[in-house]
Amino acid sequence: MNEKKLLAALEKDAYADRSMLASQLRCSVQEINAQIKKLEEQKVIVGYNAMVDWDKTNRDYITAMIELKISPIRGEGFDKVARRISKYPQVKSVNLMSGAYDILLSIEGRTLTEVALFVSQKLAPMDGVLSTATHFVLKKYKDKGISYDVSEEDMRGLYNI
Amino acid sequence: MNYDNLFSDKVKTIKPSGIRKFFDIAAEFDDVLSLSIGEPDFQTPWHIREAGIESLEHGRTKYTANSGMRELREQTCHYLHRRFGLDYSDDEILITVGGSEAIDLAIRTLVNPGDEVLVPEPSFVCYSPITVLAGGVPVPIVTKKEDDFKLTAAALKKAITPRTKLLILPYPNNPTGAVMTRRDLNAIAKVLKDTNIMVLSDEIYAELTYGSRHVSIANIDGMHERTIIINGFSKAFSMTGWRLGIAAAPRPVIKKMTLVHQYGIMSAPTTSQYAALEALKNGDSDIESMRQEYDSRRKLILSGLRDMGLSCFEPFGAFYIFPDISAFGLTSDEFCERLLREQRLAVVPGSAFGSSGEGFLRISYAYSVENIELALGRLRKFIGSL
Repeated sequence: MNEKKLLAALEKDAYADRSMLASQLRCSVQEINAQIKKLEEQKVIVGYNAMVDWDKTNRDYITAMIELKISPIRGEGFDKVARRISKYPQVKSVNLMSGAYDILLSIEGRTLTEVALFVSQKLAPMDGVLSTATHFVLKKYKDKGISYDVSEEDMRGLYNI
Repeated sequence: MNYDNLFSDKVKTIKPSGIRKFFDIAAEFDDVLSLSIGEPDFQTPWHIREAGIESLEHGRTKYTANSGMRELREQTCHYLHRRFGLDYSDDEILITVGGSEAIDLAIRTLVNPGDEVLVPEPSFVCYSPITVLAGGVPVPIVTKKEDDFKLTAAALKKAITPRTKLLILPYPNNPTGAVMTRRDLNAIAKVLKDTNIMVLSDEIYAELTYGSRHVSIANIDGMHERTIIINGFSKAFSMTGWRLGIAAAPRPVIKKMTLVHQYGIMSAPTTSQYAALEALKNGDSDIESMRQEYDSRRKLILSGLRDMGLSCFEPFGAFYIFPDISAFGLTSDEFCERLLREQRLAVVPGSAFGSSGEGFLRISYAYSVENIELALGRLRKFIGSL
């Protein structure tokens, strides 16, 4: 079985019909399930999420992208700070970046104040953090390959030849 | 105004499509699920759409050369060579308004009053009316389930008369999904070799074959000189609405077809030609990913239909499947009407594609897996109720 093809299909749609996957990859459903289990155990597949458009609910909700400049620690580089930041459940993603700053993280909170407090009380004072820059997300158009905005409907009629 | 005497005698003989009435019935309900559409469900890949948009931004809004932009014709030659091993030069290519226009042109360019045009059936519905409008006589050749709906040399030989001008070769086939292998085509070529019969090979579904690559009859020894290939962008690149087709044929034939095209059409839409150029240059991987998706659906629907006890020939081309429903004692028209009224599922009766399609359904799998699974459930319920 082509493992990369399986991963690409699951990355696109974790719910993809297993018998369709089997026919695409020319193997049995049992083999597909076994392979997925193996990839989960190896942490190649690290998890599954539902993609939620919270704007369509009445939940108070705000997302911010925060740039951090960090002074690396001898022998540990950026790992120690990055891992520490990752521990906070409200932090949704943490990436080490090339360029003008070192870490880009995203955070979700209920209100602007909640996010602002997290930055000023938790992130900024953290050992090794030199500076922060917070950008609030106004509208999400696309994430992980999925459009949140307008989808292209099936414009075809019911019958033609 | 007396409209009864207004229309030409030929137009008066042409009947509307047999599926018209189903539109009206379907309109009575708001929960109809359809597996009946003969066009891809995929959107045109974005890079192709973008090339069309950019051409507008750059003000490419004029006519092109009658036969299509030279660069597009050159890329078409590369494409036909790369994908199907066919050799044409750019003056043997005509860019048309969809494959449909190319079919119309080919028939009108060749057919004299009384000339016979052989039309294997079941097949797409346009060949006979166009032949009639050109003054020709359509001669149906019935293809059979026991032959996997292929055109056989024997059936062809039987249909040929001194008036035979043209053979339509509609493979991969709509509605049956049948394909012709190199061996099948060799047998056909052998029959045609010593005649003056031209072949109109409608290869619009050429990219959508499963198991083996499409073989064009123009690639069979001695056939290049007597073949007009029809191809296009609608099915391969999911570009139906762009209306862009390809005719490839020996120079003298393309020259005359271009003459007819020049007076009727001028040139194919310019925006579409720029989009098509991008499709040919950078679209091979789009074809492949769509083809693979169709193939998985094809297997899903084939096993689904067989599981419910329907006798079903395995289709190796296009995106249709053609199950046999003759065992239920209903005509395909009755079957489809009741299926629509009782289970709100729209499929096309085989009889819409010629009388030899009676007893069959055309089911399209140009739909999402969820849609196909829902539809199979409704069909299973309906069959259980018969």
